[in-house]
Amino acid sequence: MDALLNAVLTPVQQLLGPLLFTVVWTLVKIVLILAPLMLSVAYLTFWERKVIGWMQVRIGPNRVGPWGLLQPIADGVKLFLKEILLPAVADKKLFLLAPVLSIAPALAAWAVIPFSEGWVLANIDAGVLYLLAVSSFGVYGVIIAGWASNSKYPFFGAMRASAQMISYEISMGLALITVLMVSNSLNLTDIVKAQSTGRFVSYGLDFMSWNWLPLLPMFGVYLISGVAETNRAPFDVVEGESEIVAGHMVEYSGMSFAMFFLAEYANMILIAAMVSIFFLGGWLSPFGLLPDGFHWLAGKMAFVLFLFLWFRATFPRYRYDQIMRLGWKVFVPLSLAWILVVGVWMMSPLTIWK
Amino acid sequence: MELKTILFYLFAVIMVFAALRVVTARNPVHAVLFLVLAFFNAAGLWMLLQAEFLSIMLVMVYVGAVMVLFLFVVMMLDINIEQMRKGFWTHLPLGAGVGLLMVAEMAVVLSGRYFGLQNFPPQNLPANHSNTKELARVMFTDYVYPFELASVILLVAVIAAVMLTQRTRKDTKGMHPNDQIAVKRNDRLRIVRMVSEPPEVQAVDAKAEEKS
Repeated sequence: MDALLNAVLTPVQQLLGPLLFTVVWTLVKIVLILAPLMLSVAYLTFWERKVIGWMQVRIGPNRVGPWGLLQPIADGVKLFLKEILLPAVADKKLFLLAPVLSIAPALAAWAVIPFSEGWVLANIDAGVLYLLAVSSFGVYGVIIAGWASNSKYPFFGAMRASAQMISYEISMGLALITVLMVSNSLNLTDIVKAQSTGRFVSYGLDFMSWNWLPLLPMFGVYLISGVAETNRAPFDVVEGESEIVAGHMVEYSGMSFAMFFLAEYANMILIAAMVSIFFLGGWLSPFGLLPDGFHWLAGKMAFVLFLFLWFRATFPRYRYDQIMRLGWKVFVPLSLAWILVVGVWMMSPLTIWK
Repeated sequence: MELKTILFYLFAVIMVFAALRVVTARNPVHAVLFLVLAFFNAAGLWMLLQAEFLSIMLVMVYVGAVMVLFLFVVMMLDINIEQMRKGFWTHLPLGAGVGLLMVAEMAVVLSGRYFGLQNFPPQNLPANHSNTKELARVMFTDYVYPFELASVILLVAVIAAVMLTQRTRKDTKGMHPNDQIAVKRNDRLRIVRMVSEPPEVQAVDAKAEEKS
């Protein structure tokens, strides 16, 4: 594989020169990450409608193409052909900037996600910090959309979104601190590698050594905070249909609406990737017998995404004050306490991280 | 020109432009957004100085949290922009004076003649040098007491701010979640035993209906 890649790349490198080659090769890699991502987003919406349909004893989309498989393409074409309406009293520049600010961080975060050993666009040391910083920027799209629309429902949506996303970012960050403590690194590749050692690995039961078991409460906190961070049901008060129509997206139509939609689903996939990398061993195989590889990461991400859909089909929407209470009064103290527990555990003779 | 130099000028130009727009923008929300842009470019400059930890922290803390709350507040304010801009030209000399003083002081510090900045060794660090780890080592060993002291002061400030602004309203209809969870069936529901209609009466009724 590598030899083949080198055979193709070396002549190209000689043709373009080192600087231009780096630029072109990086762009190619970005396309290789983003094109499958966009395809996944499209089919995640399809899968979501199918799964929720089955859970509610319905059929789900089944008209466009075989088994309804062309439904997301049809939706995309429809949104693409629709007019982008600009409200008369909206702040036009910010109104059009908001969808861009929403989708840009959702895509930029993928730069540091390792898909397999060495399959990463930027293998930087402060990868976790980068992820936190970029994902914290995503809230601007929502706030600016809400304000620039100059309308009541979008503004309520924006207010709710900013409060909720900031609150749950704190518990997510605190939950990550325990992961950083046990893996002794901020580099995502090293975090995955740190999960491939332990007593259970020698028994061939690698999945018992992943972070989810020793950090079980933090796994729960991180997963639930991830659902809240992406404004998904049961925490979707930001766009709660029965309360504020569609929140910050009320005034948007056509592709500008689709941008928010893409950003939301790209963020879901990102959270799934992060949960898989931090707690479920990334690309490591669950049993020592089987080889590691990207397919394991994909499988874990698919499982976490299925959880997202399952939650949506199962739980009724939280009340707003209950969301805030869960974030601040349950998750933040729990994460702080668990940081202390893990710290003491690591320093005690019972430590399993050596 | 090196790529780094190009990036420096790019960040610097955008940052100066954004900083000017913070002061001159008519709409306060636009001003806040320009401040966010300025922070972002400052983070880029710090990244060029190999201070990746500080740079990412700037984005995370200031752009990701502080400025969001700032925006939150500014959006809710009903500011009369004309009133705010009335004193612009009268206050300009004072503001410009303070700005120039700051520039002069920065120049004295950064020119390096008086504070021994030029004595620092050149930054030729290996590519795998972890700035974050270095910072943590210094912070949690040499400067651990000042660090702890600073955190305690911040904690006191947090508690003070909460205590000063918190007030419990009497007319609030909010429910305590613990009370909600502790509710038993008997608190809400009373089962009343009622005699159901006797079956023979129904049979008689049915016959009567058949006849009519």
